[in-house]
Amino acid sequence: MQTKFVKALSVASFVAAAFTATSSFAVEKIIKIDGSSTVYPITEAVAEEFQKSSKVKVTVGESGTGGGFKKFCRGETDISDASRPISQKEIDACKDAGIQYIELPIAYDALTVVVNAKNNNFVKEISAEDLKKIWSGSSVKNWNQVNSSYPNQPMALFGPGTASGTFDYFCEAINGQKGKHRSDYTPSEDDNVLVQGVASNAGGIGYFGYAYYEANKDKLRALPISAKAGSPAIMPSPEAVMNGTYQPLSRPLFIYVNATAAAFRPEVKAFVNYYLENAPKLVKEVKYVPLPTADYAAVTAHFKAMKPGTGFNGTPEVGIKITDLINRIK
Amino acid sequence: MTQASVIKNLTEVRAMIKRHKMDDYIFSIIGIIALMIGLLTLLTLFIDLIYDGSGRFNLKFLSDYPSRRAENAGLLSAWVGSTLVMLITFLTAVPMGVAAGLYLEEYASKNWFSDIIEINVSNLAGVPSIVYGLLALGLFVYGLGLGQSILTAGLTLGLLILPIVIVSTRESIRAIPVAIREAAYAVGATKWQVVYDHVLKYSYGGILTGVIIGMARALGETAPIITIGALTFIAFLPPSPISDVPPYLNFEWLSSGFTVLPIQMFNWLSRPDHAFHVNAAATGAIIIVVTLLMNGYAIRLRYKIRESIKW
Repeated sequence: MQTKFVKALSVASFVAAAFTATSSFAVEKIIKIDGSSTVYPITEAVAEEFQKSSKVKVTVGESGTGGGFKKFCRGETDISDASRPISQKEIDACKDAGIQYIELPIAYDALTVVVNAKNNNFVKEISAEDLKKIWSGSSVKNWNQVNSSYPNQPMALFGPGTASGTFDYFCEAINGQKGKHRSDYTPSEDDNVLVQGVASNAGGIGYFGYAYYEANKDKLRALPISAKAGSPAIMPSPEAVMNGTYQPLSRPLFIYVNATAAAFRPEVKAFVNYYLENAPKLVKEVKYVPLPTADYAAVTAHFKAMKPGTGFNGTPEVGIKITDLINRIK
Repeated sequence: MTQASVIKNLTEVRAMIKRHKMDDYIFSIIGIIALMIGLLTLLTLFIDLIYDGSGRFNLKFLSDYPSRRAENAGLLSAWVGSTLVMLITFLTAVPMGVAAGLYLEEYASKNWFSDIIEINVSNLAGVPSIVYGLLALGLFVYGLGLGQSILTAGLTLGLLILPIVIVSTRESIRAIPVAIREAAYAVGATKWQVVYDHVLKYSYGGILTGVIIGMARALGETAPIITIGALTFIAFLPPSPISDVPPYLNFEWLSSGFTVLPIQMFNWLSRPDHAFHVNAAATGAIIIVVTLLMNGYAIRLRYKIRESIKW
């Protein structure tokens, strides 16, 4: 009788111990991700799939690229989503906090310039120079100031807010200078507001990520873009981004992985490997453009080698090849 | 006075009465229009939300985690997060608010100091909620190191509705006749006995009403929760508050990351895919229904308690 009771007690305590062990175990294994709202759908898709096959928990926030880096450089997150490369300020902040990171390009996005589908049939295509004329200063007010063959119709401009990575890339790629952008336009961090704006203004023009154009093709018309005057105008499409002809508005998207977490936490390593392995399929599913297969292989090898640092000097670059970028980091 | 002049006078008076009745009538029309503008706008909005989100009102929507596929995405982590945050809000705002209200009404002496406090409390009720968010980011998240947790969110919203609780406590205390207190003092009750046995007993209906209305407001708050850094994709629940091993209570959930209903709605609304906008509409309708239910319950409760008190 006595032994039976002791036996039962020991079993009970064992079960209890197992319970407490698993619960504290589970709490530790959380991968925290924050950052760009542009990259968010991709990371969300990967996190969703990853958690189906793994016990590890993943949380994804969308504080914007800048907001994400602020948390990342304080060591609050393990991975930061970014729609532009890390800036000099952020490089310094991470350095001061002793945080090292591995820069991994994971997909392309085509910034798409759109006009109103119903009321604008005069603009067939646009050159990068004309875009610069429109967006760099506030001198262009009417469409005929862009091209004298266009009607004298007031232009209504819609674009992302200054805190957005999309804004930074556009300044660099079109206006040719960091932060150079006209200020008399309607800014919004919510791309659906920009869609509504262009769709309800006869003279509307705006730019945002390809996925928002794809979902609103009935209201908006995307403009083919020629990189230089005289060169052929290319319509934004996954193919044109993949084969490198859609320039200068195709941009790479990144994740930045905390190097210490990647090295010492197997679940972070497993998640990033899962990310790169499944990116081709999932990126397409959420309406972004996957990198060429060879580039994913190069990025995977780069992650395996655990080389910290950035291939940029704090500013976005236009038309950079993924392999060149990786080779810059020694 | 001749008969003719009386009749003339009478017709004048009748005309005047008619004119005044007309004024009455005109004002009531204006009043109804004013009422309808507000009510119909809200009603249209609500019906529109229900219509847009009609395909998503099912149990699956409430028991699924968020997903990249709109038809698989659900509210589970959001409503559990909202519930837990509301629990903390209730546990902090009610004791603090009621104690503060009782002190100001029953204990504080009337001088310039209590005047300043009074002005500040009513001012606090008008402070934009984003300011509370910024305060919480500095104080709770970084100052006290509570992180982006359920505890932080609950405390923030608790602060946010504190003025509402204080004001409603004071108002329901003031509604108690002085005679009741005097009678209690007359038979030798101490201040605390008066407060506990009489003031609180008679005013708790009104206090509860204020609390519920405050909670209904907190439920829909987005700005301060975004500021302190709530997550948007979270496909697991916080650790359960109840465990099957002693001491049966688990406080790990307090420090867990979370999301809440309005943030989930905001996230879906900013997606390119229209199927997510349907989810957002359904979430909006659910938030409104829960808020209406809470407010309706508050009104019923107040009515019931009023009925049961007989002085």
